[in-house]
Amino acid sequence: MRLLTLLALSLGVAGCTTERIVLLPSQDGRPSALVVRQGGAEQNLTHPYATVARQAGSLNAYTSSPDEVAGRFAPVLAALPARPKSFRVNFLPGGDALAPESVAEFERIKAEIGSHSSPEVVVVGHTDRVGSLRTNDELSLKRAQSVREALIAAGVPAEVIEAYGRGEREPLVPTEDEVDEPRNRRVEISVR
Amino acid sequence: MGIRTHCFIGLLLAFAGGLAGAEEADQAGMVKVSKGSVLIDRAGKRIPAPVGTPVLGGDKVRTGEDGSVGIGLKDATLLSAGPNSILVIDRFAFDPTTHQGGMSATVKKGTLAVVSGKLAKAAPESVEFHTPTAILGVRGTEFAIEVLDGGEE
Repeated sequence: MRLLTLLALSLGVAGCTTERIVLLPSQDGRPSALVVRQGGAEQNLTHPYATVARQAGSLNAYTSSPDEVAGRFAPVLAALPARPKSFRVNFLPGGDALAPESVAEFERIKAEIGSHSSPEVVVVGHTDRVGSLRTNDELSLKRAQSVREALIAAGVPAEVIEAYGRGEREPLVPTEDEVDEPRNRRVEISVR
Repeated sequence: MGIRTHCFIGLLLAFAGGLAGAEEADQAGMVKVSKGSVLIDRAGKRIPAPVGTPVLGGDKVRTGEDGSVGIGLKDATLLSAGPNSILVIDRFAFDPTTHQGGMSATVKKGTLAVVSGKLAKAAPESVEFHTPTAILGVRGTEFAIEVLDGGEE
């Protein structure tokens, strides 16, 4: 009897739950997709507005519309935080001295930071592929830290800035190992 | 100071370092948008969550009828929950150097919008979103979820 009640309850809960999952167009234009596993079934949402809805225990796949999305999701979409803004400064070879043209970028970064009520500044250093993974990890962190210091000197509060090195893992311009590519010696600053 | 004392202090420091590391790893992100009633259930307490509140792994974020919340995670994932929603950050780990880690979040009820971040880009299989009945795998994505008449907890 208790088992039956439990069964009825769980069926009832599943039965009255309505869920809807909508793949939205990606703002950066990159292709995107979702895999939705529900019960034993698996559904791939691969085009913008592809939707899977579960109502009264049954699944229904369809293509939604901007109007339906606005109707159901306007408040939650309005609460999405602003996309991070990215800035880039470049370095002279082998060290942590900023390339001269990078200095102007600092003013733009400060202006962006000023427009946030609770800003976070993430400073990530990158290297070219000359040298070992490990020395490049150290060099990229050193570059990030020197930019962090420069931002602090320019008046950005130290406690909102984090600095990391990503070494040679994320070259802007893909190259063979040991290639001296100036565009890869850079620090990316994300203000969010 | 004897060797034993040194060892003891060393252990203490190692322990403190471990604790500090654990705390750091635990900060998943920050509240960036907060409108109306937004509360976080954390370690048995219910705290208000204005803009600037850190978000930790394990947090249960609740919005009221007039509430909505936007959260930026450390890997640049953006999340928001609409009115009458419960969003749980089940777990979050992100290494800013290697981009390794993983995350899981659950919308118990209400609405959730997601713009996936660096974790999903580096290793899509490390990122999961849950509803009361479904598990979502992310392949570099923006999406929205609605859960009506879902469970309270």
